[in-house]
Amino acid sequence: MSATFWIIIAGAVATYLTRVGGHLVISRFERIHPRVEAGLNAVPAAVLTTLVAPAMLDAGPAEWAAIVVAGLVALRGGLLSMFLAGAVVLSVARQFMA
Amino acid sequence: MSVDAVSQRSEAGAFWRGARLSIPVIVASGPFAMLFGAIAVDNGFSVFEATLMSAAVFGGASQMVGIELFGHHVAPWLIVLSIFAVNFRHVLYSAAVGRHLAHWPLAQQAAAYFLLTDPQYAFAESAGQKGKVSFVWYMGAALAVYVPWVLLTAAGALFGKLIPDTKALGVDFLLPIYFLGLVMDFRKRPLWLPIVAVSAVASILAYKLVGSPWHVSLGALAGVALAVILPPHHSGVGVAETDIEKLP
Repeated sequence: MSATFWIIIAGAVATYLTRVGGHLVISRFERIHPRVEAGLNAVPAAVLTTLVAPAMLDAGPAEWAAIVVAGLVALRGGLLSMFLAGAVVLSVARQFMA
Repeated sequence: MSVDAVSQRSEAGAFWRGARLSIPVIVASGPFAMLFGAIAVDNGFSVFEATLMSAAVFGGASQMVGIELFGHHVAPWLIVLSIFAVNFRHVLYSAAVGRHLAHWPLAQQAAAYFLLTDPQYAFAESAGQKGKVSFVWYMGAALAVYVPWVLLTAAGALFGKLIPDTKALGVDFLLPIYFLGLVMDFRKRPLWLPIVAVSAVASILAYKLVGSPWHVSLGALAGVALAVILPPHHSGVGVAETDIEKLP
């Protein structure tokens, strides 16, 4: 097998370790401290925010408009409608602002 | 109708309910699978190797980083370390979501963790809040993304040169929009706004000062740290459900 093959396999093993590792560590404790539980409850908002916020820095007016509209639609509608609203605003705004 | 037939029908229903959730994920991630396949071949991967990487790693950002470094002939251990660093946020997902999967047989858990992507985590966490997470439903949501991800990588690798200008279509910004939707999904949770604010500021600072991909882990740790440091009752932990409802 080529070196590339083994790089891919090693990368896959490293990735699987991150996906199972947190659970393996946490499950060794019989009782979860309230502060740890509070921290775990914060994980979705905390991690997913970091995938959005820095992208706003490199963005322009078209992207900002799309994010604001999608965010407002999300207050009322579901995930699919906010996503489609953002995508439409983005592609229309890029036609005019590019 | 026999009991078996009824339970089979409801299992198929659960699978497709999960798969339906993933429709926006397929739309948002599909172009990246094709792009990855095209770039991978451009950087010296064979079609088989590109497809294998999508099937074995199943993590878009880390695959892009890996293939970029590979193209620059960086030492193999550094490529693997970079993939690990980009995927490090999954440690937090895995720690948090384990509560909802622990009642499954071990082999099912092992398979579920292999497919634990950002949206998959958000779906499972959200479902676990409302009740028990079913394995069939989980696999419906996960495989609906995994199968197109692998197939579109192969398509991109085969026909890479034919891919049109994705920037004009806005493809590069679809994922941030989608991730914002996932963030908004959790807005009913205690401390949501303070956590989002702290993570946003911390990740932007880390992005500027430390650089990618560490801004993800550092920004996330800042938000989690806020919830850990504040007295637990702010997070609604150790308080009975009925008491939370009475809070203003």
